[in-house]
Amino acid sequence: MIWAIAITIWITVLVGARLALSRDLLRCVLGLSILASGVNLVLFSSGRVSSPLPAVVIAGESVLGPSANPVPQALVLTAIVIGFALVCFSLVLVLRLIREAESDDTLDLRFAEPKPRHSLEPMATDAAMEPVHPNDPGASTRSGERRS
Amino acid sequence: MMALVVSPVLVPMLTAVLATLLRRHAALQRAVSFVGILTLLACAIALVALASSGHPAEAAFGGWNAPFGIQFRIDRLGAVMVLLTALMGTASLLFMWSDADTKPQHPLLLPLIHGMLIGVGGAFATADLFNLYVWFEVMLIGVLGLFAIGGRLDQLDATFKYFALNLVGTLLLVVAVGAVYAVTGQLNFGALHQAALALKPGVAIVLLTVLMLAFLIKAGAFPLFAWLPASYHTLPAPALALCAGLLTKVGIYALLRMLGDVFAPPPEMLLQALGWIAAATMLFGVLGAAYHWDLRRILGFHIISQIGYMLLGIALGTEAGDAGALFYTAHHIIVKANLFLIAAMIWRLTGSYDLRRIGGLANARPLLGLLFIVPALSLIGFPPLSGFWAKLLVLREAIELGHVTWTVVALIVSLLTLYSMMKIWLEAFWKPHPDPAWTPPRDTRLGPAWAVTIGLALITLTIGLDPQPLIAYVTAAALSMGAR
Repeated sequence: MIWAIAITIWITVLVGARLALSRDLLRCVLGLSILASGVNLVLFSSGRVSSPLPAVVIAGESVLGPSANPVPQALVLTAIVIGFALVCFSLVLVLRLIREAESDDTLDLRFAEPKPRHSLEPMATDAAMEPVHPNDPGASTRSGERRS
Repeated sequence: MMALVVSPVLVPMLTAVLATLLRRHAALQRAVSFVGILTLLACAIALVALASSGHPAEAAFGGWNAPFGIQFRIDRLGAVMVLLTALMGTASLLFMWSDADTKPQHPLLLPLIHGMLIGVGGAFATADLFNLYVWFEVMLIGVLGLFAIGGRLDQLDATFKYFALNLVGTLLLVVAVGAVYAVTGQLNFGALHQAALALKPGVAIVLLTVLMLAFLIKAGAFPLFAWLPASYHTLPAPALALCAGLLTKVGIYALLRMLGDVFAPPPEMLLQALGWIAAATMLFGVLGAAYHWDLRRILGFHIISQIGYMLLGIALGTEAGDAGALFYTAHHIIVKANLFLIAAMIWRLTGSYDLRRIGGLANARPLLGLLFIVPALSLIGFPPLSGFWAKLLVLREAIELGHVTWTVVALIVSLLTLYSMMKIWLEAFWKPHPDPAWTPPRDTRLGPAWAVTIGLALITLTIGLDPQPLIAYVTAAALSMGAR
């Protein structure tokens, strides 16, 4: 059983890492979520795979018989919930990003950190990527354009 | 007692909920956030008082005592971090009253800031390894919201980079937690400390390497800091100052907690590795700062460089080293946030963050120059400012232990920090403004910004002129670690 889980983890992590390294934004996010599932399996198996019985003392007895370790189950449940929230957020983020940037290639996404053209002189930031200055007369039109 | 120990989580949580409900009433929402952050500040002061009397606040939840239930335990180390969190939150919220790079103020901005503080407070309060991971996640989702809420293309781009790279750190953390649980069967810090003493050295090295790697990503250490310069500069100033002050330092706190407390004494090999990572972090961070011309990017790279000094303190592996790292963290949070806020004031007055497009502030606003000098020189480490004592504590211990190379790197990096601070001084203050017709705008609302930055500069000065109380506190904090 433990070998089956180990091989599953291995395949999941492999697939996840391969997708996460993709240049395609959506694949990258899906890869990260698959990677997270692999990691959740690691967490799950940290309690050892033993009995499938729940950790409940049977009526009439005073000692807990052979049973599964409940702690990693609680941990992995928490991790799954958190991971699910992050996947939801990242999918919305990626959709919005693809729509606004009109590209899903990560190599094109250099808005926050433009590719340097000169080895000594970094480029000045594009005005559309700067906060709107209260004294800037062209600011209101620019921010209007961005919203449309 | 119980209420006090959960206050770093409960107070921001209540405030975040109330602020979300009041999102259509801007004035009320702001009032509630102020009440919330001031309550947190009061609780933090009480926690520090309690911790420094030698009785750390603790509570175990759900009727399960430690090591079975999740435990909160705020000792000297945690208490001072909570206090700094509350202080930075107050500074950031006050700064939002001004108009220095604080627009647009989305109705969910304040709930997200408090949401982030839940995670930060929880990470400092908890005494459970898995719970620590949960608080890191809470923090992550709060910060992602802060990044994305502006909706500008570069901000969305930055959110994605921040998300993808930090998620790798988070996943590593889960693997590490799982491995630690699989080997020791414990998650509670106190129980882990006992179990770690019985670990075989090889196993301990493997476990701690994964754990360290996860926290080094979160702390922004070399070569894992790529997420920081890719994202930080897109944040509006108050959120930027808060994130710059707190987030990477939660990673530092976690490392200090793991290496200096829970798994103390850590294997010598890991400390050696951490020392070299620290030296590289210092050097590459400051080289990035020397290259850039954008104020926010320069200061962003300075965070990385300064993280190196804190890592060096931890890497020394002695009580004095841990104390130095903690002193450095406390000093750095205040100074760094202050510099980002002053940069926002420079932006408001001159119209740009780019040093090539601005200037003339020494004549127009000499007081701002004076105000900039205090945190700038403190970051470099000039006596008698707080940064001098921080560097003295770390480097004296490094020399005493015979780590000459690391010390030399640290001193060279100080010089390079001086260089990039001089660049800001010469370009923004000394040189005339490139536009000869430029005059500082008159319709500014910088009162709250002045109040916040002067307040933070006064704290820096106070620590600098009278470092003894803080040194005594951090030394006591370091001595009480690892000996539960």
